[in-house]
Amino acid sequence: MNMIKRFKVSFSKIFNKLFKKKGACIGIYGPPNAGKTTLSNRILRDWVGSEETMGSVSHIAHETRHAKRRNGVTIETNGHTISLDIVDTPGLATKIDFHDFMEQGMSDVESKKRSKEATEGVIEAVKWLDDLDGVILVMDSTENPYTQVNVTVIGNMEARNLPLLIVANKVDLPDADPGVIKEAFPQHPMVPVSALEGVGMDSFYEALAKQFG
Amino acid sequence: MQGIQLDLVSEAKISQMASMEKVRYIIDEVRKGKILVLEKGLNPMEEAKLIEMTMSAIQPDVFSGIEMQSYPANADASLLGKFFKKQSSKRLTVIGPANQLKTLKKDRNLISALVSASK
Repeated sequence: MNMIKRFKVSFSKIFNKLFKKKGACIGIYGPPNAGKTTLSNRILRDWVGSEETMGSVSHIAHETRHAKRRNGVTIETNGHTISLDIVDTPGLATKIDFHDFMEQGMSDVESKKRSKEATEGVIEAVKWLDDLDGVILVMDSTENPYTQVNVTVIGNMEARNLPLLIVANKVDLPDADPGVIKEAFPQHPMVPVSALEGVGMDSFYEALAKQFG
Repeated sequence: MQGIQLDLVSEAKISQMASMEKVRYIIDEVRKGKILVLEKGLNPMEEAKLIEMTMSAIQPDVFSGIEMQSYPANADASLLGKFFKKQSSKRLTVIGPANQLKTLKKDRNLISALVSASK
């Protein structure tokens, strides 16, 4: 990022803080099946207090094929109150093969349709990167964190000088090793959670307020 | 002779191109079945654009996408680098057709990939 652009971003941040801009727009990113929608649903359940959900969850990749935005989610933690607009994005991927969906029991026609929708979802998720004030990057703590998707999202946030919070999800699983994620990207804050079981969510909200508040 | 074409692309060649030109060049070459090793990788915005354009190019039974691997950027540890939050330039990047290139292992400083002739 050149100096003028960096100055503009810094000025914008100071301006927003001075005038208490409400509803910073935060995108939830990550590879398919990392648990983005589960985390989004958990946030809504904890702070919107209704049965409202961001989307449905499935073990089949690319269940979320359109970005979903929920404005004005107010989070209170340690005496701080922050208001965020949360965008649950489709999983980022560099390849989508309809055969993978057929292996999950879908028909040929259904798999090709899902594949087409998934590619559109990835395009939408990439476009959202231009309109965010920060990113929650969800990683599966049972998987190798050095994926191209993670590297690309982190690189984009660093290049744009925007805040990033890494969530090491699925710590309830026996193979989980969130320490590997921390070791891989030590320059960014990381919170270990199980969005499914609700483990580590208090620490997550504290980190969220600190990073985006 | 049946084989796989591996193109080692110099920093000089890639740096002459504008961002969209680079992305278009990579997709065109990979769709021909080539594996590209870029001496200097793409910047993060170009990587995101490459993912976006790759998705537009996917066709069932013809092209299922790319396998792309680059190292995480090294932060500039010098005082000046920290002050300006300067990133070091992107390091080597490997890109190929998803059905022919498979990442076996990747960490901060190593990319181990398997190249297969079978499509």
